Amino acid sequence: MASTTHDHAHDDHHAHGHDDHGHDHHDHKPSFVARWFFSTNHKDIGTLYLIFAVVGGIVGGALSEIMRAQLQFPNNHIVESGQQWNTIITTHGLLMIFFSVMPALIGGFGNWFIPLMIGAPDMAFPRLNNISFWLLPPAFVLICIGLVMGESGSGWTLYPPLSNATYESGMGMDCTLFALHLAGVSSLLGAMNFITTIFNMRAPGMTMHKLPLFIWASLVTAWLLVLSVPVLAGAITMLICDRNFGTAFFDPAGGGDPVLFQHLFWFFGHPEVYIMILPGFGIISHVISTFSKKPIFGYLGMVYAMVGIGVVGFVVWAHHMYLSGIDIDTRAYFMGATMVIAVPTGIKIFSWIATMWGGSIDFKTPMLWAVGFLFVFTIGGVTGVVCANAGIDEAIHNTYYVIAHFHYVLSLGAVFSIFCGFYYWIGKMSGRQYPEFWGKVHFWLFFLGVNLTFFPQHFLGLSGMPRRYPDYPDAFAGWNYVSSVGAYISGVSVLVFLYVCFRTFTSKAPVADNYWGEGATTLEWTQTSPPAFHTYTELPRIH
Amino acid sequence: MQLFRRLFAALTLILMAPLAVPGWGAVYAQAPKAWEMGMQPAGNEIKRRIIDLHDLVLVIITLTTIFVAVLLAVVIVKFNAKANPVPSKTSHHTGLEIAWTTIPVLLLVVMAIPSFRLIYYQDRTPNPDLTIKVVAHQWYWEYGYPDQGNFSIESRYVHDEDLKKGQLRLLDVDNQMVVPVGKNIRILTSSPEVIHSFFIPSLGVQRYAIPGRTIETWFSVDKPGVYYGQCNQICGSEHSRMPIAVHAVSEQEFKAWAEQTKKSADAGQPRLMAAADATAHEIQR
Ligand SMILES: [Cu+2]
Ligand SMILES: [Cu+2]
Repeated sequence: MASTTHDHAHDDHHAHGHDDHGHDHHDHKPSFVARWFFSTNHKDIGTLYLIFAVVGGIVGGALSEIMRAQLQFPNNHIVESGQQWNTIITTHGLLMIFFSVMPALIGGFGNWFIPLMIGAPDMAFPRLNNISFWLLPPAFVLICIGLVMGESGSGWTLYPPLSNATYESGMGMDCTLFALHLAGVSSLLGAMNFITTIFNMRAPGMTMHKLPLFIWASLVTAWLLVLSVPVLAGAITMLICDRNFGTAFFDPAGGGDPVLFQHLFWFFGHPEVYIMILPGFGIISHVISTFSKKPIFGYLGMVYAMVGIGVVGFVVWAHHMYLSGIDIDTRAYFMGATMVIAVPTGIKIFSWIATMWGGSIDFKTPMLWAVGFLFVFTIGGVTGVVCANAGIDEAIHNTYYVIAHFHYVLSLGAVFSIFCGFYYWIGKMSGRQYPEFWGKVHFWLFFLGVNLTFFPQHFLGLSGMPRRYPDYPDAFAGWNYVSSVGAYISGVSVLVFLYVCFRTFTSKAPVADNYWGEGATTLEWTQTSPPAFHTYTELPRIH
Repeated sequence: MQLFRRLFAALTLILMAPLAVPGWGAVYAQAPKAWEMGMQPAGNEIKRRIIDLHDLVLVIITLTTIFVAVLLAVVIVKFNAKANPVPSKTSHHTGLEIAWTTIPVLLLVVMAIPSFRLIYYQDRTPNPDLTIKVVAHQWYWEYGYPDQGNFSIESRYVHDEDLKKGQLRLLDVDNQMVVPVGKNIRILTSSPEVIHSFFIPSLGVQRYAIPGRTIETWFSVDKPGVYYGQCNQICGSEHSRMPIAVHAVSEQEFKAWAEQTKKSADAGQPRLMAAADATAHEIQR
């Protein structure tokens, strides 16, 4: 792991003091418009991404509250039509993935902390960084148009023929597809920037095997993006052509094949789930190490577990397609390959626990989120093993069991890691500290709410309740009611989070450079809180 | 697990006993139950094997989760800053690292062996007694019987206002898929328009119905009764309103039903409501 000597930390502060007095023209902050709209500063762009992720998450979360309200009772009429319902679930999925989790973990924390943790003054391509962000707001507008027009009811998986012009003829569907194109280009540009930065701009002495785990996680994530997003872009382009220009890539009547789309989509879609969780792995590692006051246990194992997850993640996509009529031997292969992923995932879980073992742990809010993450991610991980079994899949495919599984790894896992990073770094980013009590209230409410929402969904799934239903047979009413109550509690916890933000940004107390103390050893803690507008005008040296 | 299931089966038997009395009118029905926490009970060998595998996997994953939870609890109690003010600096232990790599591999192998067996068993039946073509439409099912005189029936959900007493909302249909008990039934799914999924939880069978291709699978049913399922792949606005009801009857009853249904089909009654209704009543008596 990277660490600096005291001397260098000191040098660096000195550079800041210098900067802050404005002797160096580079540190003049630009005017509001230039700073926030034409921004080339990694910290400002990171902040923009984080604000964007909060907005995306609130809209996506509001949709999920509508969904749970509709599903609270059978034969409910909060959502008027099946088409409206389908559009809501589609938009909920896409918003949460592309407009909340990814902007927070990759664009937000990635932009903020990759340069800070590797001792680089900024990202390699600051202007590219700017356009990466500014592609997202128009994408968000397009996806909201799809939602408001009520014409993108294909599910986030966009399977044709349901998503083609015959069954989803409105322009709303095209808007949703173009939104994905923009979001895809955005993350592609961001990923190229990350890879270049991490490979070329590490401080002297920071070899690959000294890289902080969050940087490794971001690097693997960026590679996954670079290799998978173009495939999604191809699939969407073909779909747009099928819809508007008379091609028949996915239309059997013209010699095309709907299953081809599924292959292309999931070649992207499966790595996408690791894209959403790997940066979280990185954050969790730092938080656990910091609060246990111990170095990460089995650093190299952790690194290569992530690389392994990334590599194997590319050859398991058809586990989403066991029922699409693919050959039995092919299914057997995909099943075996999928189960293999449990091994590196297990290595990570146990290494995190071993990091805590023997530690002297402070259970501050970020650590609560990290321990909570371990628990919920374990549940989501082991139910993934159940889903991997093609034989069992015949009874649970597309049921609420699958919904419960992927919400445990994403809505709980990835989102816990986002909140974990928020509480860990907000003092560093803003120079203001969060209120500890309300942070803990937020954690416990959210923990209770999401578990109450998603745990009963395992039961619904085993019992056979299909996903994407606005109404269901009366037998499913009980657990659906419990699940909806859980969703309301999670909703309240989001309000607590907003209150935490309010308290944080209005607090006046100064924040120390390294407010977590001896456990926090990565380079960002050598900087002031908040860091100067331009950091590392003098490069730190790693020993 | 095994014990729990036996107890459950015994309980079910006791509860269901009155229903078996002739003249009571009700057929054994396998539908989801309120507050159900596990899989629907097996209506055939496929589902039995799925449940067996799922039980095995469930035990392994539950123990794993409990193990992790216990470790977390120990960490919280023993290694908090108060209990353990001086942190250790250990960051390697080769033995441990080998253990937590190899033990999961072994557990996966334990699961994988029965799992591979299961999927080959589920895939298709070597000698089907009967073929049914399942054609999924927006938003109803069409069941074709090519080797019973090549007729087909259409199956739609019962609207709320038409529900008779005892019928299940969003599960009961006008014309059930009728099959003979104990026979291996080959299912061929397809769709002329969008993708659907033919899903009957208690029979352990599910396949997409995809335009442009025909997908084969199979099932059998052990005892007479109605087995409910639902469309399980988003297919448009009425996705939740195309349930599946499979009515398993004795072979003679099946033959009689097929003949009668074919006759009314030839007479130009595509939806066959009356015919199916009559048969259903006959079967119940
Ligand atoms: Cu996957
Ligand atoms: Cu359908």
